[in-house]
Amino acid sequence: MRVALFITCVNDTLFPGTGRAVVTLLRRLGVDVEFPQAQTCCGQMHVNTGYPAEGVRLASHFTEIFAEYDAVVTPSGSCTAMIREQYPRLAVTAGAAAKQPGLREAVGEVVPKVYDLSEFLVDVLEVTDVGAYFPHRVTYHPTCHSLRGLHLGDRPRRLLEQVRGLELVPLPGAEECCGFGGTFAVKNRDISAAMCADKVGNVMKTGAEVLCAADNSCLMHIGGTLSRQKSGVRVMHLAEILAATEGGAR
Amino acid sequence: MSQTFVGMPSFPKNAAKAVQDSQLRFNLRKATHTIRGKRAAVVGELPDWAELRQAGKAIKDHTLRHLDEYLLQLEAAVSAAGGTVHWAKDAAEANRIVAGLVKATGEREVVKVKSMATQEIGLNEALEAEGIKAYETDLAELIVQLGDDWPSHILVPAIHRNRAEIREIFLAHMPDAPPDLTDEPRALAEAARLHLRERFLRAKVAISGANFMIAESGTLVVLESEGNGRMCLTLPETLISVVGIEKLLPTWRDLEVFLQLLPRSSTGERMNPYTSMWTGSVEGQDFHLVLLDNGRTDVLADEIGRQALRCIRCSACLNVCPVYERAGGHAYGSVYPGPIGAILTPQLRGMDTELDRSLPFASSLCGACYEVCPVAIDIPSVLVDLRAKARHPRTERAGMAAAGWVFNRSARLARAQRFGGRMRRLVPKRLPGPLSGWTDTRDLPDIPKDSFRAWWNRTEGGTR
Repeated sequence: MRVALFITCVNDTLFPGTGRAVVTLLRRLGVDVEFPQAQTCCGQMHVNTGYPAEGVRLASHFTEIFAEYDAVVTPSGSCTAMIREQYPRLAVTAGAAAKQPGLREAVGEVVPKVYDLSEFLVDVLEVTDVGAYFPHRVTYHPTCHSLRGLHLGDRPRRLLEQVRGLELVPLPGAEECCGFGGTFAVKNRDISAAMCADKVGNVMKTGAEVLCAADNSCLMHIGGTLSRQKSGVRVMHLAEILAATEGGAR
Repeated sequence: MSQTFVGMPSFPKNAAKAVQDSQLRFNLRKATHTIRGKRAAVVGELPDWAELRQAGKAIKDHTLRHLDEYLLQLEAAVSAAGGTVHWAKDAAEANRIVAGLVKATGEREVVKVKSMATQEIGLNEALEAEGIKAYETDLAELIVQLGDDWPSHILVPAIHRNRAEIREIFLAHMPDAPPDLTDEPRALAEAARLHLRERFLRAKVAISGANFMIAESGTLVVLESEGNGRMCLTLPETLISVVGIEKLLPTWRDLEVFLQLLPRSSTGERMNPYTSMWTGSVEGQDFHLVLLDNGRTDVLADEIGRQALRCIRCSACLNVCPVYERAGGHAYGSVYPGPIGAILTPQLRGMDTELDRSLPFASSLCGACYEVCPVAIDIPSVLVDLRAKARHPRTERAGMAAAGWVFNRSARLARAQRFGGRMRRLVPKRLPGPLSGWTDTRDLPDIPKDSFRAWWNRTEGGTR
């Protein structure tokens, strides 16, 4: 099975540690993951802000690059949801049909092979104990697109529960949006900040040292607020916790 | 739609003010979370909710696809039952028809059943201009009307008011309110009841909307909780119903689905308390039906946006929306607030004003609205589609074009990342312009020296 990593532009540029963690984790589980160099961005920001033409181009680019692989693993719930939910819609819009006649078939071919990291671990590799060690008190934010878009369900929780030393504490109001929403965070800054204030309040109630999620965009938003407030809580991507082992864990 | 909101600032500006109002935030949080919990409980107890929801969607889609035929069938059935059907292409025409009908009775006042369609067309104001006084009889609409205020929620128009505020409104604006009125819910309801009772007995003309219209029988259906609507529907000699053309259902049997979906989604009740149904002119009552288009056929023409016409005005999407909960209904500048308003208003009114253009962006696309919608309106998808149709600010267009150019070639992205890595110490803690929206309340992440792809290439995927 040829497995490709779609790192996503945000992780590639701002959170390379998450990508390294995915590579470490997958290698430990016997997967020889490849990184196709031509990859860039799934187009989520463009499409969700109202620029579908750029989205169509990036969707076409994505399907070309990943066509040859058996599975594509992505450490981002919202990018996976973008690909799974919006690529099929983009491919059938009138403009796309004229400019990218083959996109519909390409999307139909590639999209079913794209997995969020926890889907790949639990459904494809069929593991929940990935041999991780992380002796900290952790709370998990499910993130909207992972929860309501991908329906990840209890996959992340099952993975975290098998991590040795980890104490998982429930997050009150976990299913509520943190207020990131891409360009929403800037266009509707006051509402976004108010939503995040409530999310941060709930995180603080748990007494957790670490807030974990499967999407660094949401974590950048919540983490940026936690940091501004000098809360002492750090944010970590699920992959980074699952990659941690005895001796290697901080 | 009503002209009352003309000139309102954009959603973000309205919301920025509302978010500072701690009383409003408290009232909204308490009310929406209470209804949210009730809805979740009564929806959760039905094992076939998913099927009911699909049935509701399918019936509405079928009706909308054959709307032309069903409307004619309805007209024939209502006429056969002694009612008169009027067709109104927009708000002005509907208001003109209703004012004319009221004047023909010689009356100068009317009682009203809670109705979104008449709010949408600004009927009360139009009647006022013709010298006709319209009295709202729904308790919450009465509070809004007495307070010279605007509804902020579809189901609970006075959701932004708490009982202390309601007591003050009654004391100031309800002439027959007892001077020793307390803010106990029972006392407030009793004061309203006595105030309204006299109006019901005096009224000769009533105006309503309808939740559903049955094409095969010509029956109209109104769901309400207080019984005040039934008083209006049954006592007066003339009844005028203003109903959007999308409120149709083909057959009586279709109601079975919607009488389960609507109460559970809106009030969180298993069964609706007062469900009134009537067909044409009943017991000598003169009945007029005004069928309202007001932009709906334009919405119907839009392949993606038309699903908004499935809406049964339950408000479940408002009650789960984190943006509505913090911004309140007034920020949306429309009688249709919340997620459904954000897709309905720009479609009905167009996106010519700053406010209407900003509505499709009044969402973090969290998807909670879609999840609870009893007729499965994919609100996030319609929002995204409307965003593509909205005019974008010039600086944003330039930024998006630049980002698109970088993302088109991985070599460009790698170059941009190398540049960012070198400049990382120079990035200010507070960003200028629109980006200050980020750094006003959040720290920026540290920009890494090496991007992931740089690390992969340097270490051959971590093997070196």
